[in-house]
Amino acid sequence: MIKFRLEERANSPYWLIILSPFIAILVAIILAGILIVLAGANPFQSYYQLIIGAFGSKNSVAETLARATPIILTGLAASIAFRAKFWNIGAEGQLYFGALATTFFGTGLVVLPSILMIPFLFIMGALAGGLLLLPLVLLKLYYKVDEVVTTLLLNFVVVLLVSYLLEGPWKDPMSLGWPQGKSVIEEGVLPQILSKTRLHLGFIISIFFAFSIWFILSKTVIGYRIKSVGLNAAAASHAGVPIFKTVLVVALLSGGMAGMAGVTETAGLKGYLTLDLSPGFGYAGIAVAMLANLNPIGVIFSGVFLASIYVGADAMSRAMNVPTYLADVIVALTVLCILLSLVFVHYKILFFGAKKYD
Amino acid sequence: MIEFIEIIFTAGFWAATIRIACPLILATIGEVLCERAGVLNLGIEGIMSIGAMVGWMTVFLGADLYTGILAALIIGGIFGLIHAIFTVYLGASQHVTGIGITMLASSLGFFCFKLILPASTTPPKIKPFQPIDIPFLSELPFLGPAFFQHTPFTYLAILVVIFAFWLMNSTPLGLSIKMAGENPMALEAQGIDVFLVRTIAVVLGSALMAVGGAYLTLSAFDAFYFGMINGRGWIAIALVIFASWKPERALMGALLFAGLDAYQVRAQQLAGAIIPYQFFLMLPFLLSIVAMVIAAKRTRYPKALLIPFRRGERH
Repeated sequence: MIKFRLEERANSPYWLIILSPFIAILVAIILAGILIVLAGANPFQSYYQLIIGAFGSKNSVAETLARATPIILTGLAASIAFRAKFWNIGAEGQLYFGALATTFFGTGLVVLPSILMIPFLFIMGALAGGLLLLPLVLLKLYYKVDEVVTTLLLNFVVVLLVSYLLEGPWKDPMSLGWPQGKSVIEEGVLPQILSKTRLHLGFIISIFFAFSIWFILSKTVIGYRIKSVGLNAAAASHAGVPIFKTVLVVALLSGGMAGMAGVTETAGLKGYLTLDLSPGFGYAGIAVAMLANLNPIGVIFSGVFLASIYVGADAMSRAMNVPTYLADVIVALTVLCILLSLVFVHYKILFFGAKKYD
Repeated sequence: MIEFIEIIFTAGFWAATIRIACPLILATIGEVLCERAGVLNLGIEGIMSIGAMVGWMTVFLGADLYTGILAALIIGGIFGLIHAIFTVYLGASQHVTGIGITMLASSLGFFCFKLILPASTTPPKIKPFQPIDIPFLSELPFLGPAFFQHTPFTYLAILVVIFAFWLMNSTPLGLSIKMAGENPMALEAQGIDVFLVRTIAVVLGSALMAVGGAYLTLSAFDAFYFGMINGRGWIAIALVIFASWKPERALMGALLFAGLDAYQVRAQQLAGAIIPYQFFLMLPFLLSIVAMVIAAKRTRYPKALLIPFRRGERH
């Protein structure tokens, strides 16, 4: 048995902090490369196809950025929550709740000019996502009911609710039997921002929110409180930080971001609600947040990176006959490698006998 | 109305309860093992998924059913070992590691499934475990068809649970596992390697989870589907909390839960025309949340749960 212990670094070297996510990604890509070899394809050629698929043309860049839109928002949702050590793993459910709100308000119930309609839909989506999380936060705060499990379980409930609504009362009669919602009215549809592509205003909005969340977290009192609650809730409480209020704000912000991801997908990309609206954007958000080290600005880049893996993997799969699930494997490996790199950034590994005790 | 009461007097209901309970029991006992040692294992959902896939694929590729179980056991142990290296030896976040393990195990399972069977639109089937009649007992009226006409995997699962109870309650290792989750410093002071004890618990627990997943593809059904675990792992975690980390209560909780699930399937057939099926499918998840709220007042977490042990550091 190898004997070792971890010693906390007083100061982590800057180059290590900056470099660590890149090393983690590199290791994940190399490990996934082994799987490509197992699939009987050339890993270099496969990754080349992946990059071309994600960034090779105007259309593919637009597709990557469109895919990044909801992932950035769910990444922000995870970043805010994880900073306060509030483990919201329910972004998937909150996203669908935001999409439900978009369908409820956006398909004719409310008609406003575009300039008001779009912000209105975003507010409603954010409220829906936040409100879905609210009872679980209260359960956590009052009864100490573990939020990891409740948020995860609620994801399944919400997806079943969406399934019921789409097969029943909310089914679009014009959809020829497909379970899909009615189309969002013209005033509510997010406009294209690059002609002849699927890239829509949602991308700009998600970047706007990344900067807003960065501002809130690093320049305001509430951001400072969130950070202190995450570092040491007991100490923060003694120092006069209102824990209850802070966690509530965290949850509403986090659920709100995830809810807005539902808005961008319903009012932006598809124009209507479907049961396969999100192929796991909520869970991808966790990977995005970890990769960005919970930094909101970093989330923009890690979101685009993850989106490029997903979009590129489709093209790679077609060209090289490697199953598309490789994208999910790469994302999962990235999460684990990031964790590993965080350990090395914050701790020195001392093998027994390597250090003299004095 | 009387039909809704009659359900619980049918042998089919009790047989279904056992069938639904088996994977949950295995997974819940597995999670209890991990958490009693102080390690939350959120990898459970993915480990069950890859256990289901590997067990099924082993049989599909020509091995016998017992080798399938063994293969699931091994793959579960491997992912448990990865989880333990991260959370026990390196002290990484148990939450994020678990989510990462779930993502990796399930996506790797799907990847391998697609790699071996690229063009299968309808999932191919295997010949799963068949029910065997236990001599004499299976002839009993009602009790026979309810409890003594199950597959060998079911009886095996019951044996595994008995083994887990014995391990936890009557062996030095069981005592060490419980101590690792309550007071690891004291365990270290006894000269016992906390890292090793925790690792053993997580590896064993994860192996049980994978076998629970394999029960679905080798005994309850005959094929592997994407998403077939469908939250069973998360429900198992809720059950652990509901059971206050006690294996015997976890067993009762899983049986109770399975009974409710078996009941709702039958009630759904009676009331299906009135209430949409989605609401019945929501019940297990809502019930799990309710169970956690009920249990919340009296839960006593293992004291060292979520806290990484570091040699030479005081807490």
